[in-house]
Amino acid sequence: MARIVGGLATSHVPAIGKAIAKGLQHDPYWKPFFAGFDAVYPWLAHIRPDLVVMIYNDHGLNFFLDKLPTFAVGAAEEYRNADEGWGLPVMPPFPGDAAFSWHLIESLVADDFDITMCQEMLVDHAVAIPMQLLWPGGKAWPVNMVPVAINTVQHPLPSAARCLKLGRAIGWAIESYPEDMSVLVVGTGGLSHQLDGRRAGFVNKPFDLMCLDKLVEEPEALTIYSIPELVERSGSQGVELLNWLAMRGALTGRVSWAHSNYHIPISNTAAGLLVLDHRPRSGTRPRDVAA
Amino acid sequence: MGDRYGIAGTTIFDGEQARKGYALNRMCFSFNDAENRAAFLANEEAYCAKFGLTAEQRAAVARRNVLEMIAAGGNVYYLAKLAGIFGLNVQDLGAQQTGTTVEAFKAKLVEAGR
Repeated sequence: MARIVGGLATSHVPAIGKAIAKGLQHDPYWKPFFAGFDAVYPWLAHIRPDLVVMIYNDHGLNFFLDKLPTFAVGAAEEYRNADEGWGLPVMPPFPGDAAFSWHLIESLVADDFDITMCQEMLVDHAVAIPMQLLWPGGKAWPVNMVPVAINTVQHPLPSAARCLKLGRAIGWAIESYPEDMSVLVVGTGGLSHQLDGRRAGFVNKPFDLMCLDKLVEEPEALTIYSIPELVERSGSQGVELLNWLAMRGALTGRVSWAHSNYHIPISNTAAGLLVLDHRPRSGTRPRDVAA
Repeated sequence: MGDRYGIAGTTIFDGEQARKGYALNRMCFSFNDAENRAAFLANEEAYCAKFGLTAEQRAAVARRNVLEMIAAGGNVYYLAKLAGIFGLNVQDLGAQQTGTTVEAFKAKLVEAGR
Protein backbone atom coordinates (compact mmCIF):
# COMPACT_ATOMS: atom_id res chain seq x y z
CA MET A 1 0.00 0.00 0.00
CA ALA A 2 1.04 3.58 -0.52
CA ARG A 3 2.42 5.41 2.51
CA ILE A 4 2.32 9.10 3.36
CA VAL A 5 5.90 9.83 4.37
CA GLY A 6 5.56 13.50 5.22
CA GLY A 7 3.99 16.86 4.61
CA LEU A 8 5.59 20.12 3.61
CA ALA A 9 4.36 23.61 2.89
CA THR A 10 6.27 26.48 1.36
CA SER A 11 5.73 29.93 -0.14
CA HIS A 12 5.78 30.03 -3.93
CA VAL A 13 6.00 33.69 -5.05
CA PRO A 14 7.47 34.25 -8.55
CA ALA A 15 10.33 36.35 -7.14
CA ILE A 16 11.77 33.10 -5.71
CA GLY A 17 11.96 31.70 -9.25
CA LYS A 18 13.75 34.82 -10.43
CA ALA A 19 16.20 34.57 -7.53
CA ILE A 20 16.91 30.93 -8.42
CA ALA A 21 17.40 31.85 -12.09
CA LYS A 22 19.88 34.56 -11.10
CA GLY A 23 21.66 32.35 -8.54
CA LEU A 24 20.90 34.69 -5.63
CA GLN A 25 20.49 31.97 -3.00
CA HIS A 26 23.40 33.35 -0.95
CA ASP A 27 22.59 36.99 -1.51
CA PRO A 28 21.95 38.70 1.87
CA TYR A 29 18.34 39.48 0.92
CA TRP A 30 17.57 35.89 -0.07
CA LYS A 31 19.79 33.81 2.22
CA PRO A 32 17.37 33.79 5.20
CA PHE A 33 14.76 32.28 2.90
CA PHE A 34 16.86 29.72 0.99
CA ALA A 35 18.83 28.64 4.09
CA GLY A 36 15.52 27.39 5.46
CA PHE A 37 15.72 24.57 2.94
CA ASP A 38 19.13 23.27 4.09
CA ALA A 39 17.38 20.96 6.54
CA VAL A 40 14.90 19.80 3.91
CA TYR A 41 17.44 17.96 1.74
CA PRO A 42 18.55 15.36 4.31
CA TRP A 43 14.89 14.98 5.29
CA LEU A 44 13.94 14.25 1.67
CA ALA A 45 16.86 11.82 1.36
CA HIS A 46 15.49 10.03 4.43
CA ILE A 47 11.81 9.84 3.42
CA ARG A 48 12.57 9.16 -0.29
CA PRO A 49 9.20 10.06 -1.85
CA ASP A 50 8.20 8.46 -5.14
CA LEU A 51 5.30 10.83 -5.67
CA VAL A 52 4.37 14.36 -4.63
CA VAL A 53 0.74 15.38 -4.33
CA MET A 54 1.04 19.12 -4.90
CA ILE A 55 -1.80 21.23 -3.50
CA TYR A 56 -1.63 24.73 -4.96
CA ASN A 57 -3.61 27.51 -6.61
CA ASP A 58 -3.44 28.48 -10.27
CA HIS A 59 -2.85 32.17 -10.99
CA GLY A 60 -4.33 32.43 -14.45
CA LEU A 61 -2.16 30.05 -16.45
CA ASN A 62 -4.29 26.92 -16.78
CA PHE A 63 -7.60 28.28 -15.57
CA PHE A 64 -9.20 31.55 -16.60
CA LEU A 65 -12.26 33.14 -15.03
CA ASP A 66 -14.47 31.72 -17.80
CA LYS A 67 -14.47 28.29 -16.15
CA LEU A 68 -12.90 28.14 -12.73
CA PRO A 69 -13.16 24.97 -10.66
CA THR A 70 -13.14 25.16 -6.88
CA PHE A 71 -11.10 21.94 -6.73
CA ALA A 72 -9.30 20.38 -9.70
CA VAL A 73 -7.20 17.22 -9.91
CA GLY A 74 -4.60 16.53 -12.58
CA ALA A 75 -4.96 13.24 -14.47
CA ALA A 76 -2.22 13.71 -17.05
CA GLU A 77 0.88 11.69 -17.92
CA GLU A 78 2.90 14.88 -17.56
CA TYR A 79 2.34 18.52 -16.67
CA ARG A 80 3.89 21.32 -18.61
CA ASN A 81 4.95 24.64 -17.16
CA ALA A 82 4.53 27.66 -19.47
CA ASP A 83 5.09 31.40 -19.92
CA GLU A 84 3.06 33.37 -17.37
CA GLY A 85 3.99 36.74 -18.81
CA TRP A 86 6.54 37.98 -16.31
CA GLY A 87 9.79 36.42 -17.46
CA LEU A 88 10.22 33.32 -15.31
CA PRO A 89 12.21 30.54 -16.98
CA VAL A 90 9.92 27.72 -18.10
CA MET A 91 10.69 24.51 -16.25
CA PRO A 92 10.91 21.08 -17.92
CA PRO A 93 7.66 19.05 -17.77
CA PHE A 94 6.79 17.32 -14.52
CA PRO A 95 6.08 13.59 -14.83
CA GLY A 96 2.66 12.63 -13.50
CA ASP A 97 1.15 9.33 -12.39
CA ALA A 98 -2.14 9.02 -14.23
CA ALA A 99 -3.04 5.69 -12.62
CA PHE A 100 -2.74 7.24 -9.18
CA SER A 101 -4.63 10.33 -10.37
CA TRP A 102 -7.66 8.27 -11.35
CA HIS A 103 -7.57 6.44 -8.03
CA LEU A 104 -7.44 9.82 -6.29
CA ILE A 105 -10.31 11.13 -8.41
CA GLU A 106 -12.48 8.07 -7.74
CA SER A 107 -11.77 8.22 -4.04
CA LEU A 108 -12.47 11.96 -3.76
CA VAL A 109 -15.75 11.74 -5.64
CA ALA A 110 -16.75 8.74 -3.49
CA ASP A 111 -16.09 11.02 -0.51
CA ASP A 112 -18.48 13.64 -1.97
CA PHE A 113 -15.85 16.02 -3.36
CA ASP A 114 -17.14 17.15 -6.76
CA ILE A 115 -13.77 17.84 -8.29
CA THR A 116 -12.86 18.79 -11.87
CA MET A 117 -10.75 16.18 -13.67
CA CYS A 118 -7.98 17.47 -15.93
CA GLN A 119 -6.25 15.28 -18.50
CA GLU A 120 -4.45 18.39 -19.71
CA MET A 121 -3.22 20.87 -17.16
CA LEU A 122 -0.54 23.52 -17.33
CA VAL A 123 1.07 24.16 -13.96
CA ASP A 124 2.31 27.60 -12.98
CA HIS A 125 4.92 28.96 -10.57
CA ALA A 126 2.91 27.67 -7.62
CA VAL A 127 3.99 24.15 -8.65
CA ALA A 128 7.25 24.90 -10.45
CA ILE A 129 8.89 26.92 -7.66
CA PRO A 130 8.25 24.43 -4.85
CA MET A 131 9.61 21.68 -7.14
CA GLN A 132 12.75 23.76 -7.76
CA LEU A 133 13.12 24.47 -4.05
CA LEU A 134 12.84 20.80 -3.10
CA TRP A 135 14.91 19.45 -5.99
CA PRO A 136 17.30 22.20 -7.08
CA GLY A 137 20.01 21.95 -9.68
CA GLY A 138 18.03 21.51 -12.88
CA LYS A 139 18.45 17.73 -13.12
CA ALA A 140 15.56 15.49 -14.18
CA TRP A 141 12.76 15.56 -11.61
CA PRO A 142 13.34 12.55 -9.33
CA VAL A 143 9.68 12.17 -8.36
CA ASN A 144 6.31 12.01 -10.04
CA MET A 145 3.90 14.82 -9.28
CA VAL A 146 0.11 15.00 -9.21
CA PRO A 147 -1.35 18.49 -8.91
CA VAL A 148 -4.48 19.40 -6.96
CA ALA A 149 -5.64 22.98 -7.53
CA ILE A 150 -7.75 24.91 -5.03
CA ASN A 151 -9.40 28.14 -6.17
CA THR A 152 -7.99 30.98 -4.09
CA VAL A 153 -8.58 33.62 -6.79
CA GLN A 154 -12.27 34.03 -7.53
CA HIS A 155 -14.47 34.46 -4.45
CA PRO A 156 -16.41 32.70 -3.06
CA LEU A 157 -13.53 30.43 -2.05
CA PRO A 158 -13.98 27.08 -0.32
CA SER A 159 -13.88 27.45 3.46
CA ALA A 160 -10.91 26.55 5.62
CA ALA A 161 -12.91 23.66 7.08
CA ARG A 162 -13.75 22.38 3.59
CA CYS A 163 -10.09 22.50 2.51
CA LEU A 164 -9.00 20.63 5.64
CA LYS A 165 -11.60 17.96 4.83
CA LEU A 166 -10.44 17.82 1.21
CA GLY A 167 -6.97 17.16 2.56
CA ARG A 168 -8.27 14.33 4.74
CA ALA A 169 -9.98 12.78 1.73
CA ILE A 170 -6.69 13.07 -0.21
CA GLY A 171 -4.93 11.34 2.67
CA TRP A 172 -7.45 8.48 2.68
CA ALA A 173 -7.07 8.14 -1.07
CA ILE A 174 -3.28 7.86 -0.82
CA GLU A 175 -3.44 5.32 1.98
CA SER A 176 -5.93 3.15 0.09
CA TYR A 177 -3.79 3.03 -3.07
CA PRO A 178 -2.57 -0.54 -3.52
CA GLU A 179 0.83 0.27 -5.04
CA ASP A 180 3.86 0.18 -2.78
CA MET A 181 5.06 3.75 -2.88
CA SER A 182 6.01 6.69 -0.69
CA VAL A 183 4.02 9.90 -1.03
CA LEU A 184 4.92 13.40 0.09
CA VAL A 185 2.06 15.90 0.34
CA VAL A 186 3.00 19.51 -0.40
CA GLY A 187 0.93 22.66 0.06
CA THR A 188 2.13 25.88 -1.55
CA GLY A 189 1.61 29.62 -1.20
CA GLY A 190 1.33 32.01 1.73
CA LEU A 191 2.03 33.04 4.28
CA SER A 192 0.58 36.52 4.84
CA HIS A 193 0.82 38.84 1.86
CA GLN A 194 -1.27 41.24 -0.15
CA LEU A 195 -0.46 42.47 -3.65
CA ASP A 196 -3.50 44.61 -4.37
CA GLY A 197 -5.17 47.74 -3.08
CA ARG A 198 -4.15 50.48 -0.69
CA ARG A 199 -3.24 47.77 1.82
CA ALA A 200 -0.64 46.25 -0.58
CA GLY A 201 2.41 45.13 1.38
CA PHE A 202 0.36 43.99 4.36
CA VAL A 203 1.90 41.13 6.32
CA ASN A 204 0.91 39.77 9.74
CA LYS A 205 3.69 38.09 11.67
CA PRO A 206 1.71 37.19 14.84
CA PHE A 207 -1.02 35.55 12.78
CA ASP A 208 1.49 33.61 10.64
CA LEU A 209 3.39 32.35 13.67
CA MET A 210 0.11 31.26 15.24
CA CYS A 211 -0.77 29.38 12.03
CA LEU A 212 2.65 27.68 11.89
CA ASP A 213 2.06 26.51 15.45
CA LYS A 214 -1.55 25.34 15.03
CA LEU A 215 -0.87 23.55 11.75
CA VAL A 216 1.27 20.98 13.56
CA GLU A 217 -1.15 19.56 16.11
CA GLU A 218 -4.38 21.54 15.97
CA PRO A 219 -5.23 22.55 12.38
CA GLU A 220 -8.94 22.55 13.26
CA ALA A 221 -8.28 25.73 15.26
CA LEU A 222 -7.76 27.58 11.97
CA THR A 223 -11.17 26.61 10.64
CA ILE A 224 -12.91 29.15 12.89
CA TYR A 225 -11.98 31.87 10.40
CA SER A 226 -14.31 32.73 7.55
CA ILE A 227 -12.68 33.55 4.22
CA PRO A 228 -13.10 37.34 4.70
CA GLU A 229 -11.60 36.94 8.19
CA LEU A 230 -8.63 35.10 6.68
CA VAL A 231 -8.21 37.85 4.07
CA GLU A 232 -8.33 40.46 6.81
CA ARG A 233 -5.70 38.63 8.90
CA SER A 234 -3.37 37.24 6.26
CA GLY A 235 -4.01 39.45 3.21
CA SER A 236 -5.76 38.93 -0.11
CA GLN A 237 -3.15 36.40 -1.21
CA GLY A 238 -2.33 35.09 2.27
CA VAL A 239 -5.56 33.17 1.88
CA GLU A 240 -3.37 30.62 0.06
CA LEU A 241 -3.14 29.27 3.60
CA LEU A 242 -6.01 27.06 2.35
CA ASN A 243 -3.43 25.00 0.44
CA TRP A 244 -1.44 24.52 3.64
CA LEU A 245 -4.57 23.41 5.49
CA ALA A 246 -5.39 20.86 2.80
CA MET A 247 -1.81 19.52 2.99
CA ARG A 248 -2.14 19.19 6.75
CA GLY A 249 -5.50 17.49 6.40
CA ALA A 250 -3.91 14.78 4.27
CA LEU A 251 -1.71 13.75 7.20
CA THR A 252 -4.24 11.43 8.78
CA GLY A 253 -1.84 9.65 11.12
CA ARG A 254 0.52 10.86 13.84
CA VAL A 255 2.09 14.17 12.93
CA SER A 256 5.13 15.83 14.42
CA TRP A 257 7.09 18.97 13.66
CA ALA A 258 10.31 18.32 11.75
CA HIS A 259 11.45 21.77 10.64
CA SER A 260 10.16 25.25 9.94
CA ASN A 261 11.37 28.63 8.77
CA TYR A 262 9.77 32.05 8.67
CA HIS A 263 11.19 35.18 7.11
CA ILE A 264 9.90 38.63 6.18
CA PRO A 265 10.20 39.78 3.47
CA ILE A 266 10.68 38.03 0.20
CA SER A 267 9.15 40.35 -2.38
CA ASN A 268 5.81 41.37 -0.77
CA THR A 269 5.50 38.17 1.19
CA ALA A 270 6.05 36.74 4.64
CA ALA A 271 7.73 33.50 3.63
CA GLY A 272 6.95 30.31 5.45
CA LEU A 273 8.25 26.75 5.38
CA LEU A 274 6.80 23.94 7.45
CA VAL A 275 8.02 20.34 7.37
CA LEU A 276 5.99 17.65 9.12
CA ASP A 277 6.80 14.03 9.85
CA HIS A 278 3.98 11.56 9.47
CA ARG A 279 3.45 8.04 10.74
CA PRO A 280 0.32 6.11 9.84
CA ARG A 281 -1.91 5.10 12.74
CA SER A 282 -1.42 1.35 13.03
CA GLY A 283 -4.48 -0.84 13.22
CA THR A 284 -6.90 1.86 12.18
CA ARG A 285 -8.33 1.97 8.72
CA PRO A 286 -7.96 5.52 7.49
CA ARG A 287 -11.66 5.94 6.81
CA ASP A 288 -12.46 5.12 10.42
CA VAL A 289 -10.62 8.21 11.61
CA ALA A 290 -13.15 10.88 12.50
CA ALA A 291 -13.40 13.52 9.81
CA MET B 1 -19.00 45.26 -4.81
CA GLY B 2 -15.84 43.71 -3.47
CA ASP B 3 -15.54 46.37 -0.76
CA ARG B 4 -18.69 45.24 1.09
CA TYR B 5 -16.61 42.99 3.35
CA GLY B 6 -15.28 45.99 5.27
CA ILE B 7 -11.58 45.19 5.03
CA ALA B 8 -9.70 48.47 4.79
CA GLY B 9 -7.76 49.04 1.59
CA THR B 10 -8.87 45.69 0.21
CA THR B 11 -11.24 44.79 -2.61
CA ILE B 12 -12.25 41.14 -2.48
CA PHE B 13 -12.47 39.68 -5.99
CA ASP B 14 -16.04 38.43 -5.79
CA GLY B 15 -18.70 37.80 -8.42
CA GLU B 16 -19.52 41.44 -8.84
CA GLN B 17 -15.87 42.37 -9.43
CA ALA B 18 -15.49 39.41 -11.77
CA ARG B 19 -18.48 40.51 -13.87
CA LYS B 20 -17.28 44.08 -14.02
CA GLY B 21 -13.69 43.16 -14.81
CA TYR B 22 -14.20 40.33 -17.27
CA ALA B 23 -12.97 42.09 -20.43
CA LEU B 24 -9.91 43.55 -18.72
CA ASN B 25 -8.97 40.28 -17.05
CA ARG B 26 -9.53 38.40 -20.29
CA MET B 27 -7.15 40.74 -22.09
CA CYS B 28 -4.56 40.28 -19.34
CA PHE B 29 -4.97 36.48 -19.52
CA SER B 30 -3.97 36.73 -23.19
CA PHE B 31 -0.59 38.12 -22.08
CA ASN B 32 0.56 34.61 -21.16
CA ASP B 33 1.46 34.53 -24.86
CA ALA B 34 4.53 36.51 -25.98
CA GLU B 35 2.93 37.27 -29.37
CA ASN B 36 0.01 38.92 -27.63
CA ARG B 37 2.30 40.99 -25.45
CA ALA B 38 4.04 42.19 -28.59
CA ALA B 39 0.70 42.95 -30.25
CA PHE B 40 -0.35 45.05 -27.25
CA LEU B 41 2.90 47.01 -27.39
CA ALA B 42 2.62 47.48 -31.15
CA ASN B 43 -0.89 48.94 -30.97
CA GLU B 44 -2.31 49.30 -27.47
CA GLU B 45 -5.50 51.05 -28.60
CA ALA B 46 -6.40 48.36 -31.11
CA TYR B 47 -5.51 45.57 -28.71
CA CYS B 48 -7.74 46.98 -25.95
CA ALA B 49 -10.56 47.51 -28.46
CA LYS B 50 -10.29 43.89 -29.58
CA PHE B 51 -11.06 42.74 -26.02
CA GLY B 52 -13.88 45.24 -25.59
CA LEU B 53 -12.53 47.08 -22.56
CA THR B 54 -14.95 49.53 -20.99
CA ALA B 55 -14.08 53.23 -21.11
CA GLU B 56 -13.14 53.06 -17.42
CA GLN B 57 -10.87 50.06 -18.00
CA ARG B 58 -9.28 51.61 -21.07
CA ALA B 59 -8.53 54.83 -19.19
CA ALA B 60 -7.07 52.94 -16.24
CA VAL B 61 -4.80 50.93 -18.56
CA ALA B 62 -3.75 54.08 -20.45
CA ARG B 63 -2.88 55.72 -17.14
CA ARG B 64 -1.09 52.54 -15.91
CA ASN B 65 -3.06 53.03 -12.70
CA VAL B 66 -3.46 49.84 -10.72
CA LEU B 67 -6.02 51.10 -8.18
CA GLU B 68 -8.20 52.31 -11.05
CA MET B 69 -7.85 48.95 -12.79
CA ILE B 70 -8.94 47.18 -9.59
CA ALA B 71 -11.89 49.57 -9.27
CA ALA B 72 -12.78 48.60 -12.84
CA GLY B 73 -12.82 44.91 -11.87
CA GLY B 74 -9.22 43.94 -12.52
CA ASN B 75 -7.78 41.03 -10.56
CA VAL B 76 -4.20 41.53 -9.45
CA TYR B 77 -2.99 38.13 -10.68
CA TYR B 78 -4.09 39.13 -14.17
CA LEU B 79 -2.98 42.75 -13.84
CA ALA B 80 0.48 41.45 -12.93
CA LYS B 81 0.72 40.00 -16.43
CA LEU B 82 0.02 43.45 -17.88
CA ALA B 83 2.58 44.97 -15.52
CA GLY B 84 5.10 42.38 -16.71
CA ILE B 85 4.93 43.90 -20.19
CA PHE B 86 6.32 47.11 -18.74
CA GLY B 87 8.93 45.25 -16.69
CA LEU B 88 7.13 46.07 -13.45
CA ASN B 89 6.92 43.55 -10.60
CA VAL B 90 4.55 43.31 -7.64
CA GLN B 91 6.76 45.57 -5.54
CA ASP B 92 6.46 48.30 -8.18
CA LEU B 93 2.69 47.78 -8.11
CA GLY B 94 2.69 47.91 -4.32
CA ALA B 95 4.56 51.21 -4.28
CA GLN B 96 2.21 52.74 -6.81
CA GLN B 97 -0.92 51.63 -4.98
CA THR B 98 0.30 52.85 -1.61
CA GLY B 99 1.57 56.14 -3.02
CA THR B 100 5.18 55.67 -2.09
CA THR B 101 8.52 54.90 -3.71
CA VAL B 102 9.62 51.35 -4.36
CA GLU B 103 12.48 51.82 -1.90
CA ALA B 104 10.11 53.04 0.82
CA PHE B 105 7.69 50.19 0.07
CA LYS B 106 10.50 47.63 0.39
CA ALA B 107 11.72 49.27 3.60
CA LYS B 108 8.22 49.02 5.09
CA LEU B 109 8.23 45.28 4.42
CA VAL B 110 11.65 44.84 6.00
CA GLU B 111 10.39 46.77 9.02
CA ALA B 112 7.34 44.50 9.27
CA GLY B 113 9.67 41.55 9.78
CA ARG B 114 11.40 43.00 12.81
